[in-house]
Parts: sequence; C-alpha cells; structure tokens
Amino acid sequence: MIPAAFDYTVAESADHAIQLLGEYGDEAKLLAGGHSLIPMMKYRLATPTQLIDVGRLDDLSYIRRENGHIAIGAMTKHAQLETSDVLAADCPMLQHVAALVGDPSVRHRGTLGGTLAHSDPASDLPAAVLALGGTIVAQGPNGTREIASSEFFTGYFESVLAEDEMIVEVKVPAGSAGWNYQKFNRRAQDWAIVGVAVADGGSGISLVNMGSTPIRATAAEEALAGGASIADAAALAAQDTDPPEDLNADGEYRAHLARVLTQRALEAANG
Amino acid sequence: MDVSMTVNGSTHANDVEPRTLLVHHLRDGLGLTGTNIGCDSSSCGACTVHMNGESVKSCTVLAVQADGQDITTIEGLADTARSDGSSTGDMDWHPMQEAFQQCHALQCGYCTPGMVMASVSFLKENPNPTEAQIREGLEGNLCRCTGYHNIVKAVESVAGGAS
Repeated sequence: MIPAAFDYTVAESADHAIQLLGEYGDEAKLLAGGHSLIPMMKYRLATPTQLIDVGRLDDLSYIRRENGHIAIGAMTKHAQLETSDVLAADCPMLQHVAALVGDPSVRHRGTLGGTLAHSDPASDLPAAVLALGGTIVAQGPNGTREIASSEFFTGYFESVLAEDEMIVEVKVPAGSAGWNYQKFNRRAQDWAIVGVAVADGGSGISLVNMGSTPIRATAAEEALAGGASIADAAALAAQDTDPPEDLNADGEYRAHLARVLTQRALEAANG
Repeated sequence: MDVSMTVNGSTHANDVEPRTLLVHHLRDGLGLTGTNIGCDSSSCGACTVHMNGESVKSCTVLAVQADGQDITTIEGLADTARSDGSSTGDMDWHPMQEAFQQCHALQCGYCTPGMVMASVSFLKENPNPTEAQIREGLEGNLCRCTGYHNIVKAVESVAGGAS
C-alpha cells in the first residue's frame, strides 16, 4: 500500500512549520512520527498533498520540571516518556501509559504531540492527559495559546487546533497521588476496547473509546467528590457516553466495561 | 527528491518520490530484500529495521524521513558483530542470528529478519529482561507459524550470554 502522491518539506523550526501551514492551508498535514498519519494515508483515508515534517525539530523534544508541572515538548517520543526519570518521579501515570501504546517499534517513532493532534478517542495518551487535567500549548501565526485538555477534543480525529496551529508543548501537573490505568483489549498491541485513566485518587477519571473523543466520566467524578463509595461512583462511569459499536464490542458491552474498569482503577488508585 | 542515508555502513544517495516507503526503498531501490513486507500496516513487524540503532517498522517510515539517518537491515547485522573492528565473513553471524539458529527459533522464516532486528533493539534497551518482558518486548512482531516459544528462548540465551 502506497500513499497518494504528496510534496514533502522539512520544517526548520516551529515558526517555519506554521508559515508553511499558512501557505498550504487545508492541503497540508504536519508529519511527526507518522505512526497514525502514514497508515491513514496508505489506506487513503487521508490524502494531504503537502506533508510538513516537524519530526526533526529536536528542540521540541524534552521533559522538564517547571513550577508545579511537567513540561513535555510536542516531539517527545513515547519511548522517551516510557524511560523518563522525571515522569517516573513526578507523573508515573504518563510514563506507565506511554509504555502501553502500540509496541516498542511504534513507541520509537510516535510522539506525544502527534497523538494529541490526531485526537483518536481509542488512543491511550490523550485520555491520560485528560484525566491529569493537562494543558496543550499550541503555536499559531500570532504566538502561543494554552488549551485545557478538557476543551481540546471536539470529535473523531478533531480538535480545536486551527489549520495553521501546531502543538508545541504539553503540560501536566506534577504529582504521583492515587493513579491507575486500565486498558482492556483482546490482542497484544491493539487499541483499547475500553480504557480508564484515574488521576489524583479519582478527581480525574477519563474514558478511552467511549465516544467520539476521550471523555471525562463526570458523573462518577462528582459522585466520588460528594462522598459516594467507589462502587457507587463507578456505576455512573458510562453515564452520558456514546460508545462506538464494532466487531470487538457493542455499546452495551462497552458501557459495562467502563463501569467495571472504573471500579478497578479507583480501587487500585486508592488501594 | 534527493535522499541520502547510511545503510549498513555505506552511504546511498538516491532520488525518490516522497511517498516511497522506507521498506520499498530498501528492497526495490537498494536491492536489500532481506527485509520482508508482511502486513504492510505496522502490525506484524516483518519489515523491522534499525534507524539510528532503534527498531522501526519500515513500512510506516517514509524514505524521506530516513534522509540523513543511519539504517541497519538484517544484511548489515552480521558485519557489526565484532567489537574489535576486524572484518567478518559471511558466516560470522551476530549473536542473535546464531541464537535463532541454535534454538530453532524459526519455522517458515518469514518473520525472522524482523524478529531478529526487533530482538537486538529490545536487548539493547533491556539487557537483563525476564521472560515476560521479552514476550512484551516482541509484541509488535508476529510469527504466523506461532513459533514464539523458541524465539523467546533464543532472546533469553543471548541476554544470559549462554549461547
């Protein structure tokens, strides 16, 4: 399988990438690790005529402590998250979840910024960033803006990113209190049929593959905050969700998984 | 467009279409057919090569992304086996290749080049793995003969230095 023809330009900097996005408009896509985009192009689900390679922007590859949070460059690869001492100490959930994405070869190429921009509701890291209450820093022609992860995802493979914006950084709060991630699938290296991320003992609960975006299990979070038991809160995990149906699971089964996995995650996070 | 990359120690400059996949460039452009194409959708790992020492699935990397990078394919593995820099003959296998032979870690052999490349990359990052870690580390490489058990044994033997 070979993608449809396109032109390829290496971006020299984030500014250059944004300038190119402005020139090419909606014909262009940014290429980071390419492990979501290239398969989509091979299946001809995406047919951009311009690829702008931002995967070589090494200055966007870093993980560092800042005031109360951890700043991660958008081009940081999953393998770097997986082996980061900073994350091991100050955000172990992100490290743990990064190690569950795909397989080692995929994690050598895939990037945090790329997976967020791709906005696949079945992906692990977007849901983890959402549960953590992370912030996405996007750069456009007029500078940078910070977008709360709760405001970022808008639909299947869609986000609030403008055509001429790119993610340059992701910020997550530093903290290792009460976290857990449950990923349910049937085959090694598959996407989650359903996944649940719990951060900060349950003040952040997010669901993978339970709608058109990664979503917070708001009803369960509120019940827990109001003093409900873990079992009672987890029973609300699928409320207001719209799970997809496919050959792995129908909606009802996904809702069941969401409740069971939320209970397991909350118990483990508070164990 | 013009790309130049180091493949198995030699520099290759070629003109490629941007949509050329690295695996096609290696096989059809450079004649290195040791790297197999399996699923062609980054699931099976048959096309695994090393880019700057790390395993990648070459069906999901564009040749233009490999411009300026250092690529090693299965054909280049044996030549890198000796640390003292002395030349190696055709039969001077990499320890992982030797272990695959010793442990009979292949049946039809189609997954083998990718499996060996993934195993070498995995051990570099995890020098003393448990059996479970080896199985997880190779989860991106499928053997449709289902000969996983001996593959894991081969990797274990190299990790333990027993081979």
